[in-house]
Amino acid sequence: MDGPAVRLRGICKRFGAVQANDDVTLEVAAGTVHGIVGENGAGKSTLMSVLYGFHAADSGRIEVFGKPVQIRNPHEAIALGIGMVHQHFMLVDTLSALENVLLGAESHALLHRAEAAMRARLDALMASTGLKVELQAQVAELPVGDRQRLEILKALVRGAKILILDEPTAVLTPQETRSLFEVLARLAAQGTTILLITHKLKEVMQLCRRVTVMRAGRVVHETAVADTSAAALATAMIGRKVALGREPRGGAGRGELRLEANGLRWRDALGVTRLHDLSLRLHAGEIVGLAGVSGNGQSELLELLSGMRRPDAGTLRLGAERFDAAHWLQPRLARRLGLAHVPEDRGARALVMGFAAWESAVLGYEDDAQASRHGWMRNAALREAAARLMERYDVRPRDVELPSASFSGGNQQKLVLARELSRAPHVLLVGQPTRGVDIGAVEFIYGQLRALRAAGCALLLVSSELDEILALADRVLVMHAGRIVGERPVDECSEAGLGLMMAGEAVA
Amino acid sequence: MNAAAPLPRWAELWLLPLLNLGIALAAAGVVVALVGQDPAQVLAVLLHGAFGTPRGIGYTLYYATSFVFTGLAVAVAFHAGLFNIGGEGQAILGGLGTGLVGLWLGSMLPAWALLPLMALAGATFGLAWAAVPAWLQAHRGSHVVITTIMFNFIASTLLVWLLVDHLKPAGSMAPESAALAASAHLPTLHQALGRLGIEWPASPLNLSALLALAAAAAVYLLLWRTRAGYRLRSVGASPGAALYAGIDPKRQVLLAMMISGALAGLVGMNEIAGVQHKLLLEYVGGAGFTGIAVALMGRNHPFGIVLAAVLFGALFQGGAEVAFEVGGFSRDMVVMLQGFIVLFSGAMAYVAAPLLARVLRREPARG
Repeated sequence: MDGPAVRLRGICKRFGAVQANDDVTLEVAAGTVHGIVGENGAGKSTLMSVLYGFHAADSGRIEVFGKPVQIRNPHEAIALGIGMVHQHFMLVDTLSALENVLLGAESHALLHRAEAAMRARLDALMASTGLKVELQAQVAELPVGDRQRLEILKALVRGAKILILDEPTAVLTPQETRSLFEVLARLAAQGTTILLITHKLKEVMQLCRRVTVMRAGRVVHETAVADTSAAALATAMIGRKVALGREPRGGAGRGELRLEANGLRWRDALGVTRLHDLSLRLHAGEIVGLAGVSGNGQSELLELLSGMRRPDAGTLRLGAERFDAAHWLQPRLARRLGLAHVPEDRGARALVMGFAAWESAVLGYEDDAQASRHGWMRNAALREAAARLMERYDVRPRDVELPSASFSGGNQQKLVLARELSRAPHVLLVGQPTRGVDIGAVEFIYGQLRALRAAGCALLLVSSELDEILALADRVLVMHAGRIVGERPVDECSEAGLGLMMAGEAVA
Repeated sequence: MNAAAPLPRWAELWLLPLLNLGIALAAAGVVVALVGQDPAQVLAVLLHGAFGTPRGIGYTLYYATSFVFTGLAVAVAFHAGLFNIGGEGQAILGGLGTGLVGLWLGSMLPAWALLPLMALAGATFGLAWAAVPAWLQAHRGSHVVITTIMFNFIASTLLVWLLVDHLKPAGSMAPESAALAASAHLPTLHQALGRLGIEWPASPLNLSALLALAAAAAVYLLLWRTRAGYRLRSVGASPGAALYAGIDPKRQVLLAMMISGALAGLVGMNEIAGVQHKLLLEYVGGAGFTGIAVALMGRNHPFGIVLAAVLFGALFQGGAEVAFEVGGFSRDMVVMLQGFIVLFSGAMAYVAAPLLARVLRREPARG
């Protein structure tokens, strides 16, 4: 093929006051994997939306396979051979895999003929690319990795020569990630051009030939992967050096037992048992990492331990207090007993998005004497307290009146941490502390969690990022299908071993 | 995918509602012109009827009083994430409570003791009428929109049954109760000011207007100054976050709907104790539904609700004048104008926002 597959020249895109893309120029050689990395809000997704026709650029030119083009909507992008796999899959759960691929690409008015034709094409495609999916299965029953392969098939069968993948490994186990990468490498070898948007630098180093680093809407760095390192890319991404690896632990060692749960069992509304006889202990001055692929019961476990849900069986000891399924812990009592909770879902749980920052900064603690007296909120004192918290935890912008929803993911998370950590909890439950958080804030959050451990808090860290668990935890529990399937001190953990346990493989 | 940048706060609070009102008036003006009338003349008559004379102002504010109560009722429920369509029924029950206590104790108690009891009874009846759908919503998941609508019908039939079979004095043909004793009459503003030596023409405007203002202030304090209000709003804005904070959404649903019903129930003070002085049919006259429009237009804020209630009061009063003065202009035309205002200020409140944002951005760029 002659010339680059994609050439973007001087792309500018503005949303209100935000310059999401500022004079972005990008060239992707045909048949290569090109990485685009950057913090949240760096403009990667906007750039890809421009290429895929979701947004029209304010200015700039797009060339596809050497031809200047105008891409006004995704249909035109598809017609030009551009396909996109979104981070959140665009599949209909109740349809079969085949029907999902067929949707919108029916070649014949009679469905069975269209299906037969599509099946033949898919079989050929699956054979040549190695993307295997059970076509008759209902999408709801497919594992996440299969759904992603289905999304890629969907794009390829529509003639995609250029494939955009947005954070494709966010929901995959290490094994699934590896098999995805094998497929992507083969696709590239067969001539497909792949644009990989990610914040995982390790993946860029493994898979990509070239990489573009974006920061604050601009391209700040563009290089061949062979000429760079993950550390250099991280520095380029945030404009300074960061340390996210494991650190020698400070402070006192492991102390007394703070929380003990025994035989927790929980059934969902449909009567399906989602947690099976689950037991765990948290000691003062340690971080226990709970690893697992999202959706294996970690969220439910956090909600049980924080009192948001009641189990069907099991007991809990928190400090000197004992609870059982009939008399379970309540969130308010949990806070009074010094148990703080940074929930996984910032948007739906940790903050009231419509509330001003100072209102969200007291959520769950509005009973405290500092927050209210005789039923009246002490609004002035709360505003001041929130301003001090935002100063101490570096929440930007420092505007207590700004709606919680207007902060970036990292700053929202800092606001939540500020609220929960400032009460010097005895036990901290923290779920996905750095999801959707940019690298600079990740470093800050890790520091805060380590400082809390050093101060003698017992921490339970739930994360689907193995790197995060390995960087922070002292002891690692692995969860699969509602059970804890393994426990290791962190020194005896390898990514591969944990990954196998996360996938439910028995490990000797 | 992304919406345009939000409007500045002042523009959203003031400019946009005024713009919407202007669009509604323009749309109504077109219809008025189409039926062969002069929009300018109609508007002039409407404004004069509503605000041109002290008597007109009295009527405007009398209508507005009921709309403040029902508008506040909708707003309190709204802040808890509930859409209370049952203001009409709760107001009927409120009038019933007010009237029954007035009939029962009217001959026994002096006004200073009786009137607060009547207000309390009205609020309690409205509260109880809202509590049933609230309980069903909280504990059985029956949608409050559906149940409150049905409770409106039940309330109006209940009223008919009580009037016809129980409260109608023997020998009377009209479905009305006996008249309330004088101690159960809430003084009109005309009487109250007269006692202070101030001249004010007779109109139905009565002291419940002050109660409405007090209720607006109380709702503001409740929602934004108390812990109860904080919890109520957090459930409305994010049930998941409320659950995380240990706030019981069921309790908040009950609480919000009961306060909402009590506010709607106070309509009885305006209509029964203030004006009609007896129980009869149709005394709410759609104020419960107008309250929804008032709350929408007033952005569910007590201050906005008071302003919107005055606007709708003016439409009612001025509209009646227009129907009387302008030949060939029926009351239905006024209903149409109200419809346009609800449409442009409520349902389509943000349609003009992107355009306005673009116009505002033309101004010198900031910092």
